[in-house]
Amino acid sequence: MAALENVSRRAVLLGLGAGALVLSLGLPSLAQEPEEPLKFGADAMPNGWRDDPRIFISIDPDGTVTVTVHRSEMGQGVRTSIAMAIADELEADWNRVRVAQAQADEPTFGNQDTDGSRSLRHFFEPMRRAGAAARLMLREAAADEWSVPVEEVVAENHVLSHAASGKQAGYGDMAARAAEGEVPARETLVLKSPDRFRYIGREDVGLIDNPGIVTGTAIYGMDAKAEGMLFAVVARPPVVGGRAVSHDAEAAMKVPGVQRVVMIDPPPQPSEFQPLGGVAVIATNTWAAMRGRDALNIRWEDGPHGTYDSEAFKAELEQAARSTDGTVVRNQGDALAALQTAQRRVEAEYYIPHLAQAPMEAPAALAMIRDGRCEVWACVQAPQVTRVRIAEKLGLPPEAVTVNVTLLGGGFGRKSKPDFAIEAALLSREMDGAPVKVVWTRDDDLHHSFYHTVSVERLEARLDDSGRPVAWLHRTAAPTIGSIFAPDPMQKLPFELGMGLTNMPLDIPNVRAENPKAQAHTRIGWYRSVSNIPHAFAIQSFIAELAHEAGRDHRDYLLDVIGPARKIDPTELGDVWNYGEDPARYPVDTGRLRRVIETVTEAAGWGRDMPARRALGLAAHYSFVSYVAVVAEVEVDETGEVRIPVAHIAIDCGPHVNPDRIRSQMEGAVIMGSGQALMSQITFAQGRAQQNNFDSYPVPRMDTAPREIHVHLVGGEDYGQPLGGVGEPGLPPVTPAIINAIFAATGQRIRRLPVGNQLSS
Amino acid sequence: MNLTVNGMARSFDGDPEMPLLWYLRDELGLTGAKFGCGAGLCGACVVHIDGVASFSCVTPMTVADGSQVVTIEGLSPDGTHPVQAAWQELNVAQCGYCQAGQIMQAAALLAETPAPTDEDIDSAMSQNICRCGTYPRIRAAIKRAAGQEAR
Ligand code: FES
Ligand code: FES
Repeated sequence: MAALENVSRRAVLLGLGAGALVLSLGLPSLAQEPEEPLKFGADAMPNGWRDDPRIFISIDPDGTVTVTVHRSEMGQGVRTSIAMAIADELEADWNRVRVAQAQADEPTFGNQDTDGSRSLRHFFEPMRRAGAAARLMLREAAADEWSVPVEEVVAENHVLSHAASGKQAGYGDMAARAAEGEVPARETLVLKSPDRFRYIGREDVGLIDNPGIVTGTAIYGMDAKAEGMLFAVVARPPVVGGRAVSHDAEAAMKVPGVQRVVMIDPPPQPSEFQPLGGVAVIATNTWAAMRGRDALNIRWEDGPHGTYDSEAFKAELEQAARSTDGTVVRNQGDALAALQTAQRRVEAEYYIPHLAQAPMEAPAALAMIRDGRCEVWACVQAPQVTRVRIAEKLGLPPEAVTVNVTLLGGGFGRKSKPDFAIEAALLSREMDGAPVKVVWTRDDDLHHSFYHTVSVERLEARLDDSGRPVAWLHRTAAPTIGSIFAPDPMQKLPFELGMGLTNMPLDIPNVRAENPKAQAHTRIGWYRSVSNIPHAFAIQSFIAELAHEAGRDHRDYLLDVIGPARKIDPTELGDVWNYGEDPARYPVDTGRLRRVIETVTEAAGWGRDMPARRALGLAAHYSFVSYVAVVAEVEVDETGEVRIPVAHIAIDCGPHVNPDRIRSQMEGAVIMGSGQALMSQITFAQGRAQQNNFDSYPVPRMDTAPREIHVHLVGGEDYGQPLGGVGEPGLPPVTPAIINAIFAATGQRIRRLPVGNQLSS
Repeated sequence: MNLTVNGMARSFDGDPEMPLLWYLRDELGLTGAKFGCGAGLCGACVVHIDGVASFSCVTPMTVADGSQVVTIEGLSPDGTHPVQAAWQELNVAQCGYCQAGQIMQAAALLAETPAPTDEDIDSAMSQNICRCGTYPRIRAAIKRAAGQEAR
């Protein structure tokens, strides 16, 4: 319920500028009373964290350990990684560990918002403690049964033993007795020393969901089934805020299999996570529903955003970025004065278009209502908000709504918004509670996303005689995610600014950042790594441009501009957010940033001779309290076609819980980032997204993706160090590394994404 | 219309234009073949029709009539086809949603071309999208599966 209050409070928060802490990426977080001590990390998230083993671990009499995972699996491997943490401290045999997916229930499980690259950052320690506590409870049960001191009972690899008496028992034998015991106090738990880890930090554990995935039996939201299930597709207003004024229900009903045509009212704006409204067709199979929808012949009224046009809006953003009346969001030294001199002044504007997350599985959800209860199966990143919003919509208490979280066929932020699950609940109600599965087509997904914002980033710098920047001005103009929660604030929220803009750690004496106004004309939402995308692209491109202007090697210049290794308090830079983490525990550490750059450039052979039209490009970025650098090797042929035969990516995310999944996230980030660089964008005309499917919204394929990807894991030896994020931080530096490589190969500087055919002239 | 799905005889008398994908998923409850684009653009729905990797989302039932269809659920009795084994060994999957289609595409490629070159892999596998970006591991797993088959 906290989430509910938060959103309305947020309207107040929005006006407070730097004082408004937005601690949660997934949802606006609590406004903190001034006298309360500040909370950070998992403590600051709605419903916090739990570490009670009885919530997360069950052991059957046959010894099978079931770990209940309360975070959503969307390809980051969290079901495996959480099970690894628990199984390791529990000393469980991995072959006897299963996972179960938690239903939405934050008061029981702690925070379940799977976004912000937080699952292991916030739950590695609690999950280890849960495992350690369960292990101690098993030992106590055995000690009790054997009448020996607990200190003499060893629990190792699923076996309890007492050396002196030679007694032995399996975990299953003692499970019932252990369950009756007390949960040991948190402070008394002794966690394993890392040299005794069986699974944590190992590359060869494998994926707990492998068998289901390779046999096609793994269940995603799209695959949910129920007896007597009906299938629905919805024709939604093509313009946000629009509505259907007429439709031909009869024509749709003529399609064999179509059962009902239902109007869904559009929500008042701003609509947060509410469905867009429109006309739903419910049928006995998906195909019939889609054919029925085709027959609807709807006339739409577009509303105020019916003129949204990406080319015109680009010009608007450029104008905003050239104006001097933006809000100053960071100011150090006197950048404006230092920029006054005309000497060696460099300026550039970068354009980063809207993007759609386009998870391979488009949104889908099944809902049914029976005896005053609603049960839902859905691929949601935010189970709790899904539960609460559906309960509100149906007029039920949240306890009467069960949300079963399926596997997610990709999320990337799209599935943090449960509009599709709310649709399923509404349509089930229309059908007297019959199970209804709402299926989104790819067109639906691309037309009705919560899009990555669109940005113009303007940078200006003045260089001293050595070519080093002495003044730096960055203006960012982009619609804000805040526009879905409250009347459009027209300016970025602290968490958006803290994604690489205000916390930019370069060693430059005069730095100023401004945020002019920009209005949202569509739904803006989280997309993997969020505002880091435009900020990193602009800053890392601009540094390469400055290096070129200064006639210096880009790598040396980048390290020089980052300056010496030091730990910076982000609040001193003007970032009050810091990914919700304690600035003392998580300072911005330029030494770690330097080290990933050094690692990746060395591995890639930076500085070596390259054939014509082939070159290396570099970029680095700090985000989600992790440090990443990328070197892309590109080849641009005579027709302007870009290939990326090799990419190197180095990450320092603190301790490595599941190194294989860190690698796979980095591989995926390189490939997704290459799409953003080269081919993907969403554009609007007459208020409508112009891309319909993977032909007009191309994403990398086997033949166009970077071919060889080398991942370098840096640091992480010290498990006492706090964890960084993994799912998102790989992405931001990829695109600028590729664009910088294209410049090095061709001399052409791309400032407007994606590259498309800009190189073919 | 009559067809065989994973070795079982089936008959269907619904809309002859219905794509095979929806027959498999909605009528038979075989949800291994996935819906990704519905337009032959992503490969999530790939099944084998008379041994040929096919986009089931754009194959009307009239075309599937009389054919032998194999879906991911029927590729091997226990998930041990060399392609499935290689996929597990290399932990290819991220979210896994595309992987049934990828595996069916790869299995068809290897049936036709037991020792594929990188170009062979490119041309067959570029019909399938993986939004999570597992292509390097898919390539490696195909090569591993090819090695196993040669042995
Ligand atoms: S769903 Fe058939 S090719 Fe995409
Ligand atoms: S593994 Fe997620 S789309 Fe391929």
